[in-house]
Amino acid sequence: MSKRILTIFMIIFVIFLYAPTILLPIFAFNDSSIIAFPLSGFTFDWFKSLGAADELRKAAGTSLIIATSSSIIATMLALLATSATVRYKFPGKGAMIGTIMLPMVLPEIIIGVSLLTVVLLAGLKLSIYTIIMGHVLICTPFCIAILRSSFQQLDPSLEEASLDLGESRATTFRRVTLPLIMPSVISSLLIGFTISLDEFVIAFFLSGTEPTLPVYIWSQLRFPQRIPSVMALGTLLLILSVVLLTLSEFLRRRSARRLGQTSTSGAL
Amino acid sequence: MIKLSKIEKYYGTYHALRDVNCHIKEGEFFSLLGPSGSGKTTLLRTIAGFEGIDSGTVMIGGQSMDGVPANKRPTNMVFQSYAIFPHMSVAQNVAYGLRSQRLDKAKTAEMVEESLGKVGLAGYGERAAHALSGGQRQRVALARALILKPKVLLLDEPLSALDRQLREEMQSELRRLQRSLGITFVLVTHDQEEALTMSDRVAVMFEGQIGQLDTPQALYKHPASKRVAEFFGAMNILKAEIIEVDRDIATTQIEGLGVAELAIPTGASAESAFCVGVRPESMTILDDGEQAYAKETPAIVTDVEYRGEMTYYDVAIEGSGKPVVVSMRNTSNRELREVGQQVRIGWESASAVLLLDQ
Repeated sequence: MSKRILTIFMIIFVIFLYAPTILLPIFAFNDSSIIAFPLSGFTFDWFKSLGAADELRKAAGTSLIIATSSSIIATMLALLATSATVRYKFPGKGAMIGTIMLPMVLPEIIIGVSLLTVVLLAGLKLSIYTIIMGHVLICTPFCIAILRSSFQQLDPSLEEASLDLGESRATTFRRVTLPLIMPSVISSLLIGFTISLDEFVIAFFLSGTEPTLPVYIWSQLRFPQRIPSVMALGTLLLILSVVLLTLSEFLRRRSARRLGQTSTSGAL
Repeated sequence: MIKLSKIEKYYGTYHALRDVNCHIKEGEFFSLLGPSGSGKTTLLRTIAGFEGIDSGTVMIGGQSMDGVPANKRPTNMVFQSYAIFPHMSVAQNVAYGLRSQRLDKAKTAEMVEESLGKVGLAGYGERAAHALSGGQRQRVALARALILKPKVLLLDEPLSALDRQLREEMQSELRRLQRSLGITFVLVTHDQEEALTMSDRVAVMFEGQIGQLDTPQALYKHPASKRVAEFFGAMNILKAEIIEVDRDIATTQIEGLGVAELAIPTGASAESAFCVGVRPESMTILDDGEQAYAKETPAIVTDVEYRGEMTYYDVAIEGSGKPVVVSMRNTSNRELREVGQQVRIGWESASAVLLLDQ
């Protein structure tokens, strides 16, 4: 009996989680500019219309630049932070990890408003760079979470063995540490990329004349006739996100296997 | 080869190494033996350069290692976990340390094969490192360290992860390798049998200090203190009272057994607290009419433990609080004693050693 209730609960839960997302691709292929059932027919027109929109392509380019740079910078910062916190003991370590991880739970609107204040106080112009700054801040905690587990699984005597065999710390990092955590580094890059690509609030506050893709989508919602195109764009973004996240988790698990551990922890 | 003087090390407030002094000779198989937490691994890592020290000096080959990092020291290490690089093949692992020598491919391959041959893994070069068994990993770790022709090879509990049979095999193989290469080996172990069978000399460590440093035979026969004695095999510890001291010989009243003249261990003064140790095999249960021993003590058998080649008897001796263990070799014509049987224990002054009670 209770098992049945749990099953029903589970089904409702999953529908609640994913039904709205499923509507996106459904209406993206619907042959009508009105978002309502019943569906009137199948079409690729909305996807075709995306190719013609210049502004959209510009926004997509901006988003790609921002997502790529944010994920690279965040991953590099996370690499430094994890190698320091996993390998060494120092005073204030706990507090330091706490402050770095905080943006993970801080409301984005708070981060957005405060960064905007800082940028204006400093007299900087809103641009791609200010968005990158904000995105690095929110991506870094996620990158740390991914890299940390792989650093912790790395046997410290592997690095010691390399030193013992005559290599310097820098070459040890290049020949031993980096190859062993590489799948996690790639996974961290992909997660950072995905987070930055989807992020709206911070990008909205910090963008100047060049909107990112989510900001562009938001601006299009004012025009009802463009909604199906937005749905088509959303579908593409959805597919891209799923592919990137799956790839990142696949890589992380393969890395865990290669290090001889079975691990289920991590981002997913 | 290695000279350690007045080494002190703290982890925060924990005193990890206390006034460690020792001189490891060239070409020697030297063991650091001790219970866990005795500082033996810390001392080995100090020699390797992975741990800094708070005071004292480490000299290797006549040169001070002060400020010399691990990658510049003439030592190589075999780690407890073996630390085989999992993303490389066996050959790449073995060749790892050769990079700075900038050898051509053929020369490198030749040296790798030679080194693998020394440890009995010739032809294994192309295997993936993660596909090796425990014993093979151990050998690869050895080959990887030996290819650099170190002056000193450091081994951190290298056999503890292997099963018993493989461990015994590797013990004799390590010994053979050390003799044929003539390299100084420094081995850390908590296994007294391993230390006894493999080493030229053993330093027994307790609480960050070297308790005694000597050859395996001397440590077994003349342990200086109770804890060293108890570390090496079985030892009956009996209360003792010194009656008279004549230079370094003490006339001692031993609980239950009687009076004997025993040598005072080096470094101890007559005022120290002493007890007496007697090995089970240095006492005998006498046959009827046998008079081979200088001293005899009556006893009653309270327990018999048959172990194949030996039998261990617990015997109660008047005046001794706990039973004394006597072991007898099971020769073909010797009959087992029974519980409750009245027997005579034969012993002599040489059976007993005076021990510092610490």
